Amino acid sequence: MSVAVVGAAECDLGRTGRSAQHLLAQGVGRALDDAGLSPCDVDGLATTGLGRFPATQLADQLGIRPAWTDSTAAGGAVFEMYVARAAQAIEAGQCSVVVIAYASNQRSARSRSIGGAYDPATPEAQFEQPYQPLWPLSYYALLAQRYLHTYALDRSDLASIAVRARAYARLNPAAFRYAEPPLTVDDVLGAPMVSSPLGVLDCCLVTDGGGAIVLTSAARARHLRREPVLVLGYGEAVTHSAMASPDDLLATGAAEAGARAYARAALGPADVDVAQIYDAATVSVPLALEQLGFCAPGEGTAFTGVPVNTTGGGLSYCHPGQLGVLLLVEAVRQLRGECGARQVAGARTALVHGIGGIGSSHATVLLGVRP
Amino acid sequence: MTEDEIPVDEVTAPWWDATRDGRLLLQRCTRCACAQHPPRLLCTACGAGDLSFEEATGTGIVDSFTVVHRAAVPGTAVPYVLARVRLAEGPILLTHLTGTAEPHCDQPVRLAWRPLPDGRRLPVFHPDPESPWTSS
Ligand SMILES: [Zn+2]
Repeated sequence: MSVAVVGAAECDLGRTGRSAQHLLAQGVGRALDDAGLSPCDVDGLATTGLGRFPATQLADQLGIRPAWTDSTAAGGAVFEMYVARAAQAIEAGQCSVVVIAYASNQRSARSRSIGGAYDPATPEAQFEQPYQPLWPLSYYALLAQRYLHTYALDRSDLASIAVRARAYARLNPAAFRYAEPPLTVDDVLGAPMVSSPLGVLDCCLVTDGGGAIVLTSAARARHLRREPVLVLGYGEAVTHSAMASPDDLLATGAAEAGARAYARAALGPADVDVAQIYDAATVSVPLALEQLGFCAPGEGTAFTGVPVNTTGGGLSYCHPGQLGVLLLVEAVRQLRGECGARQVAGARTALVHGIGGIGSSHATVLLGVRP
Repeated sequence: MTEDEIPVDEVTAPWWDATRDGRLLLQRCTRCACAQHPPRLLCTACGAGDLSFEEATGTGIVDSFTVVHRAAVPGTAVPYVLARVRLAEGPILLTHLTGTAEPHCDQPVRLAWRPLPDGRRLPVFHPDPESPWTSS
């Protein structure tokens, strides 16, 4: 691959009191500063979430006339999909410097609805919404119930994922739960139930936040200020939109997305030093680890072979509605060795796995630095 | 959306109309014989457009379930039991389980109906005491 990430940054996180537009531009500005570039260097933009035409809106905000844009909407996995499309656009010569960005002020704006928003034109409005699932949470609850049943596990196994996320958050000053005490399994089990078997502490945060990354050709990256983080591979899979559609809840799109990314990079799970996995709920992590080949089915909650979600993840760091861009930011920082107390020593290859909607879209990106 | 505002379209209208008579329909492909739900224009197994409706037996098993403790719509009584039920014919429905506080995966269930204000009905399921596969 011949494309590299040359800049990465978070915008303000948590409860910011800022507008989404402010946070979006802030993240872009910081990522470009990190790269030593400015908006006038940018000729490609990918973003979603803000307005009907998100990339167009951001171009206007930055005062640029990009040669390539993408506002594909696929939930929180789309930022990993943007990496693939950006790499292809740069390799094809359609543009040379791409910014991938996202921001939300959903906590400050109190804009999050636990029931989600169904489009009346979709079949789900007829056949699923009348039963009032929490969207997306009840889907992850159905998944978790089937997961625990299939592998004869219980809620405490899932709780261990939340406990580990909190431990990392306590090493990350940017994390929403940074200053809070460690979690215990009993804390997680004793928290109010939301949609069984998932309690409040099995579910991701609702925060403001977002960020941006900057990509360009590996050739140009050599002349920029940061150590280039190469895009080694990518793969994706889109599987369903309705909760009733998957025949087997446990056969997620992560298997296909991961296999495609590994094949493109000529790497496998044994080559990965650190993983960032989209954790909308505790169950997301073990299932993805299994489907991505890190361990056998049913062994994901006990697996500790690779450091996962070193920020504290959606569970304890930040969840601004769509986490995908922040998974990429952390992977880049880990590979550049900038992560302080939570740094994975000698990390050279990172796996980022985005999951969007109700497990609807999966996208895997492999990133690496030269030895 | 309130209960008498559940949308319907020309592909799904026969399915909704049958609920008024307490009949749960499935679509079956006349080319490959696969059953599917909800109704679609094309067969998801082979792509054919020639699909017919047939009545389901109304028996199935719980693929998974979740007891919802926070109402998706303010004012709804909680908890309620949301489930994926795999019908004997194969297709899976998102539905509610009634008459059981402690459901379990793979539990046999049987069709029941919940009336809607406009005369249509919603399929829901309850434990099936007569099922030969009842496991506990
Ligand atoms: Zn067919």
